[in-house]
Amino acid sequence: MKRRTLLTAAALSLALGAPASADDPVKAGFIYIGPVGDFGWTAGHDRARREMQEHFGDALETSIVENVDYGADAERVMSQMALSGTDVIFAASFGYGPDVNTVAGRFPDVAFQHATGYIQDHPNVSLYDARFYEGRAVLGHIAGNMTETNTIGYIASFPIPAVIMGINSAYLHAKAVNPDVNFRIIWTFSWFDPALEADAAETLIEQGADVIMQHTDSTAAVRVAEDAGVMAFGQASNMVDFGPNAHLTAIVDRWAPYYIERVQAVMDGTWEAETAWLGLADGIIEMAPWNDRIPEELQAEADALVAAIASGEYHPFTGPINRQDGTPWLAEGEVAQDSELLTMDFYVEGITQDLPN
Amino acid sequence: MIRLERRKEPSTFWRVANPFLAVILTMLAGGMMFVALGKDPVTAIRLIFFDPIFSAQFGSYSRPQLLIKSAPLILIAVGLAIGFKANIWNIGAEGQYIMGALFGAGVALAFFPLQGWYIFPLMILAGAFGGFLWAMIPAILKTRFNTNEILVSLLLVYVAERILAAMALGLMRNPDQPGFPGSRDLRRYESAHNAELIAGTGLHWGVVAALVAVIFAYVMMTRHMLGFHVRLAGQAPRAARFAGVAPARLVVICLGIAGALAGLAGMFEVSGPGGQVRIEFAVGYGFTAIIVAFLGRLHPIGIVLAGLLLGLTYIGGELAQMMLGLPSASIQVFQGMLLFFLLALDFQTNYRIRLREEVRR
Repeated sequence: MKRRTLLTAAALSLALGAPASADDPVKAGFIYIGPVGDFGWTAGHDRARREMQEHFGDALETSIVENVDYGADAERVMSQMALSGTDVIFAASFGYGPDVNTVAGRFPDVAFQHATGYIQDHPNVSLYDARFYEGRAVLGHIAGNMTETNTIGYIASFPIPAVIMGINSAYLHAKAVNPDVNFRIIWTFSWFDPALEADAAETLIEQGADVIMQHTDSTAAVRVAEDAGVMAFGQASNMVDFGPNAHLTAIVDRWAPYYIERVQAVMDGTWEAETAWLGLADGIIEMAPWNDRIPEELQAEADALVAAIASGEYHPFTGPINRQDGTPWLAEGEVAQDSELLTMDFYVEGITQDLPN
Repeated sequence: MIRLERRKEPSTFWRVANPFLAVILTMLAGGMMFVALGKDPVTAIRLIFFDPIFSAQFGSYSRPQLLIKSAPLILIAVGLAIGFKANIWNIGAEGQYIMGALFGAGVALAFFPLQGWYIFPLMILAGAFGGFLWAMIPAILKTRFNTNEILVSLLLVYVAERILAAMALGLMRNPDQPGFPGSRDLRRYESAHNAELIAGTGLHWGVVAALVAVIFAYVMMTRHMLGFHVRLAGQAPRAARFAGVAPARLVVICLGIAGALAGLAGMFEVSGPGGQVRIEFAVGYGFTAIIVAFLGRLHPIGIVLAGLLLGLTYIGGELAQMMLGLPSASIQVFQGMLLFFLLALDFQTNYRIRLREEVRR
């Protein structure tokens, strides 16, 4: 009974824009596609959750459900969260999109925050994402300089714009410093499958790759790279512990400031649906400390690239850039529109493999 | 001195009692694990086993969800159990489930945006046919070339997963959403939507199909000649041959039934709770159903109970994660304990433990 009144109170405060009373903690629920112990993507979100919990103390209650598959399972978990009086639900994976919107339609008083999504059918669905392509540009720059075999292996998850954008950004910046560079890409069709990711890394190394990049969530590839004596980049979290020699750097996700801001808005009754796409400038992503094996000049270059992107002086997708089939995409000096990036479904010129379809 | 003695007849008492005993032992051992994790074991077990059904807060939502989660498990397991009884090991129900979904969704997407009463029945036929067809590959390879159906059916799961990915990215991709994998949402296409028959109950056509399949399997296994042949082939293959059972025919029938039912489950899922063809559509129902089949002692009624029980631990496990902060791995361990205890206890169905050796000279 108490929970129901709480739910009503929260609903009212949302509807009327009145601040929730300090006695009732705001409840935030998180659903994760992987385990919090993936040391990568999900770990990044859970790190932010804990940081946020510390920030708000008793004013906030958080709950999590891990390893939730897309579809009926996600729908059920989010519905149960809503029924338990959760005020704001963070759905931390791309594929939850249809499920978030189904549940959001049924619980109009609950705020939904969907990471990396694109479907926004209801006024209580917010989308948020990070400009990972900015970090990928830095990885590409380092990889292009560091590779000796001129072959860079890329473990990709799903052929969606976010992943394709990352491959293109990394390729363009590797190519810029090393015209002979070649990308080999393996698709796993999964976000978290350590065995599959390890197999992919081994295959790429056998094919001559001496730098491994990944857009999957486990540490398997970094460990394989360490054992094989090649180089790798972490994903979403600093994975240096899994490959002290191999791990050159990583794009580290820092969702906490954004989460704190959004939950504060729920507490103040000012939460509104939005679409947030934040980058290096906002501190939502940062680069893990450079490995010492990266030469000092290159470290300085990488620092400069980060600074240039963060200040807005340089955009990683600046023309001239052609599509894979040779048709022009961006003219000299032209900068990609966000809308183009968010629907990107093509490789840039120079990548030899085909997109899976 | 502990001695094991094989029973002349498997014990009926233990066969019925073991599943209940296994649940109790799981609660005890699982409870200890929850204590070790620093959580209140009584609350945890209450959340897993009771709250999804009886809680005032969640019950009205989770009871229908129990049907939605359990129906595909039961539908697939009933078909698998028939084959398992005859020693025909179809491990690839997941693949047949995927193909059923693809065939069913394929029919729907081919008709889109036409509306018509005949579309859904056609999807049902196509779904069953898709699963059947996929199961015929190991069946024919086994009867023709004596290949091992365990390996062939299992490996075909991975082939089916790749076909699913190709469909979600290519032929069946939603043309209104370029750049993103996945088909149209069938729940928004009235003629193809496997909607709830009575709103708020979770009762969709897949649940009805599961019930029909259970009754059908029960009658077949206990009353029909085919059921007798299946049991005979499993228990005494030589005797079965003398009784005129053609092994090849039995392989085709058993794999065919299991495949068709798995295909139906996939079709009902993709047009209902799943909603669309997406790369991540298959979440392991075909594999979990193997556990359900054994947990239910390969008996149709037992499978209903086992399916509901496993569904309950899934839904309750999510509640326990959410309300208590238990890690999902501990819920998986808990489910694993259930099967472990059942298999361990099964021992006493066939064996008797003697504590003292009788002196025989």
